[in-house]
Amino acid sequence: MLSLLLLLIPLTFSIVIWFTKGMVSRAAALVGTIIQLAFTAYCYNVFLEAGNKPFEYIYQMAVKPNLVFHFSMDGISMLMVLLTNLLLPLIVLAGFSRYTDKANVFYSLMLLMQMALNGVFISFDAFGYYIFWELALIPIYFIAFIWGGQDRAAVTLKFFIYTLAGSLLMLFGFIYLYTYSPQNSLDWEVLRANPICSCEQGWIFWMLFAAFAIKIPIVPFHTWQPDTYKTAPTQGTMLLSGIMLKMGTYSLIRWLLPIVPDGFKEWQYVAITLSVIGVVYASVIAIMQRDIKKLLAYSSIAHVGLISAGVFTMSRVGLQGSLVQMFAHGVNVVGLFFCAEIIMNRTGSNQVEGIGGIRKIAPRFAGWFLVIVLASVALPLTNGFVGEFMLLYSVYGYNTWLSVFAGLTIILGAVYMFRMYQKVVLGEPMLENMQFEDLKWNEQLVLGIIGILIFALGVYPEPIFELTEPVLKTLTP
Amino acid sequence: MNTLIYTSVLGFFCMVAEILNLRKLIVPIVVLGLAIIFGLNLLDWNLNKSFFNDMLRVDNFSVAFSGLAIFTSLLVLIMSGDYYQKEQGYISDFTAILVFILVGGLMMLSFANLTMLFLGVETLSIALYVMAGSRRFDIRSNEAGFKYFLMGSFASAFLLFGIALIFGTSGSFNIYTIAEYTANSQGNISPLFYTGMVMVIFAMLFKVSAAPFHFWAPDVYEGAPALITAYMSTLVKVVGFAALYKLLTVVFYYTSVKTGLILNFVAIATLIVGNLMALAQDNFKRLLAYSGISHAGYLMLLMMASHELPTGSLLFYGLGYVLSTLAAFAIAIPVFEAEGSENISAFNGLGKKNPILAAALSMAMLGLAGIPPFIGFLGKYYIFTESLQAGFFYTTLIAIICSIIGVYYYFKVIIAMYGKPGNDQKVSVSFTYALVLGLTLALSLYLGIRPGAIINIF
Repeated sequence: MLSLLLLLIPLTFSIVIWFTKGMVSRAAALVGTIIQLAFTAYCYNVFLEAGNKPFEYIYQMAVKPNLVFHFSMDGISMLMVLLTNLLLPLIVLAGFSRYTDKANVFYSLMLLMQMALNGVFISFDAFGYYIFWELALIPIYFIAFIWGGQDRAAVTLKFFIYTLAGSLLMLFGFIYLYTYSPQNSLDWEVLRANPICSCEQGWIFWMLFAAFAIKIPIVPFHTWQPDTYKTAPTQGTMLLSGIMLKMGTYSLIRWLLPIVPDGFKEWQYVAITLSVIGVVYASVIAIMQRDIKKLLAYSSIAHVGLISAGVFTMSRVGLQGSLVQMFAHGVNVVGLFFCAEIIMNRTGSNQVEGIGGIRKIAPRFAGWFLVIVLASVALPLTNGFVGEFMLLYSVYGYNTWLSVFAGLTIILGAVYMFRMYQKVVLGEPMLENMQFEDLKWNEQLVLGIIGILIFALGVYPEPIFELTEPVLKTLTP
Repeated sequence: MNTLIYTSVLGFFCMVAEILNLRKLIVPIVVLGLAIIFGLNLLDWNLNKSFFNDMLRVDNFSVAFSGLAIFTSLLVLIMSGDYYQKEQGYISDFTAILVFILVGGLMMLSFANLTMLFLGVETLSIALYVMAGSRRFDIRSNEAGFKYFLMGSFASAFLLFGIALIFGTSGSFNIYTIAEYTANSQGNISPLFYTGMVMVIFAMLFKVSAAPFHFWAPDVYEGAPALITAYMSTLVKVVGFAALYKLLTVVFYYTSVKTGLILNFVAIATLIVGNLMALAQDNFKRLLAYSGISHAGYLMLLMMASHELPTGSLLFYGLGYVLSTLAAFAIAIPVFEAEGSENISAFNGLGKKNPILAAALSMAMLGLAGIPPFIGFLGKYYIFTESLQAGFFYTTLIAIICSIIGVYYYFKVIIAMYGKPGNDQKVSVSFTYALVLGLTLALSLYLGIRPGAIINIF
């Protein structure tokens, strides 16, 4: 029943918000997401005490073919649900300093998306999982399209078709598994217990991997991402980069690894190489970027490339590191895009070059921005460090040469992040008559919470380990 | 049988209503009558009886699909009152013909004799030729009627000749007798039987506009009055596929192995032609015509898999297609009338002008594109499952790729509504359109979440 409530709270608010207007809508959205966060905290406690029993819920939609929604919870799911419901209030709050046209529709879609994301993370039947996976796509498409910037029609359509193409291939893979599974079931446990013949796992791996690789995105499936991140309204970009791409990395661990283990092993080296290529490639491009949002988009590709490389090592350390890094990256990337939004709003420029001097006018903003930048380049004692260290260690354990290239991310990451910070924030102001109001209350609040999370998890990541360790024990030898 | 007779009586009533000076009441009475017939039809569930010397047989298959056909007609006739407001003088003729199209459809669903099938096809088609050309002073409507008539009569000739060949070899018009004949004389069947079988199948493929027999569809859909296009693209397609399915599963059950390759080719061709051609369309009715062809492609997968008897999936997909398409038309018709254009650009700026209509049309388009949680997704899911279970691996893969292409053209409409600036023309819908819209969308959402009532009916 608890898992059902996790879905119903955002859904109810989504419907209610539709009928509100203007300022009330975003206030209602904030209330809704905070209630959801409080409820998630409660669920976290229940989960720690009673395990997954209170979360079990099965709804059989039709008998033949067997369509089932199976909600449950384990450590990995709990972590992702926590991340989602923690970030959503921040993302809503980020919109408080700005006027949004048709705010009721905007926030209604956002809450609908929250429901779908929660659904993805707690679904333990591939059918229900697929439904929520697709459902998450519709609101974000409309958010990016209706409130987007330049070229939004073409860019968002590319995004939609690209991701849907992946999803449909995944659907094909799942239906095939369904047809050949002994009990005609898509339940996670059943699929895990009865793996399909390893001769077929290879192509099924690619069917599922296509969907996840596009969502993450792993090079060369990333071409939709930078433009979409740039065009989408910043709150949409936060949703996309902070949570939605975690759907992909999460699914690697939840679905790909357990249900096609042999295919996973068979193609491990290709996937890991692609991931590491992505790390280096995206970092190099990020160095060359002049557009702030695109720079952050490419930095995101580099970071998630390392996350997926960690998953594909199939080692306990790699999986653990990827989970820690997923959480950290979600928090950090939301902070980064929020800072970019603040800069772009107040200076009217989205270029790395030609701003400068913000630190003199707005020292508090510059300070928080620096904290997030440091976390994103994985300075020790920030949340970025723990995961990145574990990931690099796991890649090292798989192959030394790959780890050398993957390790470049630390250096290259420092290059592009610090270069951006230096040009944008430090130095003398280059814009004439630059007005740069320092942080407003809501911005202070968002960045403050993100800052606290950065240090808290950097110093004490233990809760994440405790949450995920039991699950990983069952997944890896 | 009762269903058929009552519907015919309703048609005759429409014709004489004008004499009785009941012109204003025709549409309400027909709608009420159809609603009653819909209920009466459901009473025949589990009846399994044959009538008129085994000319008609009422079984669960015919009852279920008759229900769908009557429901479709009901929705279209609800809209017809407003649609023909300016042509009140012909209202009795129009409604009568619309009802007789349904009569033809009902015959095609409950036939137990091939002559009855032919009668049904002709009743339906001739009425449709008339309706397609019913805008007498519109040259495109004339073109549509004439084109449909020429090509359709050619297909009817094929059907008749095929039936004759089957009769000549098997000695019977009765579908069960023919099936018995084919079962008992395995390997000893005259080639003429197969010739007849292929001709009958081709004729039916023509009616459902499967490639390469689809050439009439875009022109006819574009030229015909919008309401008739809606009727044609829903009722005729569903009834045509049901009849073809009945042929494949009853009459040709033992011999249809031979047609596997043909059906496979037709399915792939239909999928590819429908989806690729739809990409280039600017006219909304042509777009829906090609979208209809692509949906025919998905349904062809079920025809290929008919050995597994996927009747529930056929009904479900047909219902989903009807609901989404009629919802799209219930918005498109008022928009066309307000804008004076039938291009996709007529929807420009609808998101600002009338957000509720725009949201509803988005839902219809998402439903047609097969995206959850709408009924269209589950329909596709079932079809892919059935065809994979029947072992058609590559054809299913092609169908999956085609449904990715499909997203592009359905989203063209959504992009026009939200992304392009519109004019100041106000758009509003009258009560009847809103009723149909609400009914179809509510059902499509409800069945998208609870499909059990339909899918497991057989």
